[in-house]
Amino acid sequence: MTAVDHRPASAAEVVEAVGGAERIVPRGGGTKPALWSVDGADVLDVSALGGITEYLPSEYTVTALAGTLLAEVEARLAAEGQYLPFDPLLVAAGSTVGGAVAAGANGPGRLRYGGLRDFLLAVTFVDGRGEIVRGGAKVVKNAAGFDLPKLMVGSLGRLGVLTECTFKVFPHPESCATLRVAGMALDEAIEAAGRVGAGAVEIECLDLVHGLAGWDLEIRIGGRSFALDARLKRAADLLDTDVITLSGDADASLWRTRREFGWASPDASVLKLPLTPATAGALEQVLAGLDASHVARAYSAGIQQAFVAWPAERVADLPALDRALTGAKLTALALRAPANAANQPILGYRTGGELLCRVEQALDPAGRFGRL
Amino acid sequence: MATADAADFLDALTRRLGPDRVLTGAAPMAAYESDALTAFRARPRAVVLVDSAEEVVDVVRLCAAANVPFLARGSGTSLSGGSLPVHDGVVIAMNRLNRILEVDPVRRTAVVEPGVVNLAVSDAAAPYGLYYSPDPSSQSVCTIGGNLAFNSGGAHCLKYGMTSNHVLGLEVVLPDGEVIEIGGDSLEGVGPDLVGLFVGSEGLFGIATRITLRLLPKPETYFTLLAAYDSLAAAGEAVAAVVASGLLPGAMEIMDNLAIEAAEAAVGAGYPLDAEGLLIVELEGEKQQVAAESALLLEVVRRSKPYLEHIASDPDDRMRIWKGRKSAFSAVGRLSPDYIVQDGVVPRSRLGEALTKIQRLGEEHGIRVANVFHAGDGNLHPLILFDGRVEGELERAEELAGEILRLCIDLGGSITGEHGVGMEKRQYLGEMFGEADLDAMRRIRLAIDPAELANRGKMFPDAEAPALLSHGPHPLEAAGVISRE
Repeated sequence: MTAVDHRPASAAEVVEAVGGAERIVPRGGGTKPALWSVDGADVLDVSALGGITEYLPSEYTVTALAGTLLAEVEARLAAEGQYLPFDPLLVAAGSTVGGAVAAGANGPGRLRYGGLRDFLLAVTFVDGRGEIVRGGAKVVKNAAGFDLPKLMVGSLGRLGVLTECTFKVFPHPESCATLRVAGMALDEAIEAAGRVGAGAVEIECLDLVHGLAGWDLEIRIGGRSFALDARLKRAADLLDTDVITLSGDADASLWRTRREFGWASPDASVLKLPLTPATAGALEQVLAGLDASHVARAYSAGIQQAFVAWPAERVADLPALDRALTGAKLTALALRAPANAANQPILGYRTGGELLCRVEQALDPAGRFGRL
Repeated sequence: MATADAADFLDALTRRLGPDRVLTGAAPMAAYESDALTAFRARPRAVVLVDSAEEVVDVVRLCAAANVPFLARGSGTSLSGGSLPVHDGVVIAMNRLNRILEVDPVRRTAVVEPGVVNLAVSDAAAPYGLYYSPDPSSQSVCTIGGNLAFNSGGAHCLKYGMTSNHVLGLEVVLPDGEVIEIGGDSLEGVGPDLVGLFVGSEGLFGIATRITLRLLPKPETYFTLLAAYDSLAAAGEAVAAVVASGLLPGAMEIMDNLAIEAAEAAVGAGYPLDAEGLLIVELEGEKQQVAAESALLLEVVRRSKPYLEHIASDPDDRMRIWKGRKSAFSAVGRLSPDYIVQDGVVPRSRLGEALTKIQRLGEEHGIRVANVFHAGDGNLHPLILFDGRVEGELERAEELAGEILRLCIDLGGSITGEHGVGMEKRQYLGEMFGEADLDAMRRIRLAIDPAELANRGKMFPDAEAPALLSHGPHPLEAAGVISRE
């Protein structure tokens, strides 16, 4: 593991560290090594920049320093019956606020109201010139100036070192329960997912997980307790097959485990791929072409993303996967991958390179954070 | 540009588009000289009517080669002057690019050209039980391209967000004519959110020519509640109570007495004319859920002691309630010959304080202010009423508008929730953000558009083109470049 070279305790110290380094990459909780372990770059650990700086439940806003553990934020929100609707990943593993924003990844719950990009209201970051920059505003609606908060979502630490973030939060549904159909064929599961999705029932999460006997379809419904049973029945009727209902702790722990990638081997590289129900088949073909149809994987958030656990023993095939994804016009982010598992955290098809280049030039002319 | 070069440039445009689609001269261009910020107009060098994305690319390339500023214009409904022509620049009129290229019910996406009218997207999606969520008051005329440039909002943004939250992918012509693709079909992405950066960039990063929008399933049912209060503060407290209850309504709107009077006179929505504060709360979603939520909502709202409540009895009744609200901006035209629609945001819990102060500021300036606001997200729309024919009233109204924006900044809010900075609020951007913040934005702008051709002079508090709301005539006005109606 790369040693930590800097551990600033203030934005001013971040400025100092960035200014003094030739190549530097920020690190939060260290849960996504492929994003911060870059050959020849200093590691800037922001975990000392911790703490919730402002939480106003009546405003639906929470502000925290970038090194704050998401677990801490979620606990504070839960005490007021609120939550982060984008459903952050790797919370129990120790992910931080800054790491979540920089990775730009969301859990299954993003299906209901939107992803991190839709809930990030304001950011403060130190750019590649060592300037402290603020973007957005700490109110739930704002259209002033360029949307720098959105630019930082998924920036992978290459456009600036986040020091503080403000999120919009929502009230948590009063209660939730999950319907599960086990052992489906993928086509059948996608078709069933579409049928439920097109129905009137509003869904919190809809995931397909590759299990022992085919695909398990899991659908989470949340809302007022009084109406929950009727709504579950309505959704179950659309599935028209044997359904198991999980409620209470069974429901909560299922989704908690899911966002920790409990189904993936700990040494596998977990890749995130944006897609749609119409392009899931393309990913399946890529995997089959690489003789990898057996790898653990899940289609998540209404089949808007896939998580693939690429086995450790096949790390040498990542370049081949990269090429195959490019051919299939699919993109992947090495989300939880060992250091240097991939040369580049982004694999496969890329768009917007020319625009990104210009933005990188503006915020980090010397290329201190490296180029994506 | 030398006269000969200028003639060459117009020739090149005409060769590409034909003489009928290149407008020059005062009369044909008159309609394009102003937008919904009507106090100002400016004459462009030419207006071109484009029919295809390829034509947009070619026009932008011609402009880039000749160093001529340009801007794209949809229906010209910008309230911040975002589509005010750049003097001597080219206005690219996008209305003919109004094809809905695809509605995909499985992906729940629509691919549209930028000139498509906002409401037309929902109309096209309706057969599949889907709709496009952002609903600016001008949704029956404003275009998706304009919505995108200014990250437009609407009454129903509390739950599902503004335009930015509904744009998935874009084809963009950068200011130098290079064409790029960003984003895609999925709700998810990898790498910096360039679509997020582009939306709301006020035309400064170029022109979107193809837009992939996210569609939502149409709510199965609505529960729309109208509650009348004898004070504005009481209506505000009801909003706080709804928020505290854990309910998440699709919309929460408040109108004050003057706004009620105007809306009632315009469309006869059935609002109580004696109310000091009128609250509209709407729940939306599936039947069982809304039924359970509406019981709680009624309980919470009744505790706030409205003197009158009314539940929309059917879809027509609901439409009538919303028609009153959505017509409020134009309706105040009945109360006053001129008015400014202001747009600011304050933390929701400081709404009451903001309204009291706005009231006092209005009295100090001797100017009437009507208030309509998206209470759920703290987005104020003070309507500042004045008579432009009375010497000094416009200036006093603008001064008041400026003080309201400063109030929003002081309370920890924003100078715009959904109308954008445009021409109108440039000087306040520097009050909301620090120098380093603005500098970062400027650097991004210059990296993308070094010659500042795309919508030049907008958004940034530029030293060379001071903002319109300062005292006395605008420097461009003094120079005869722009003029007031």
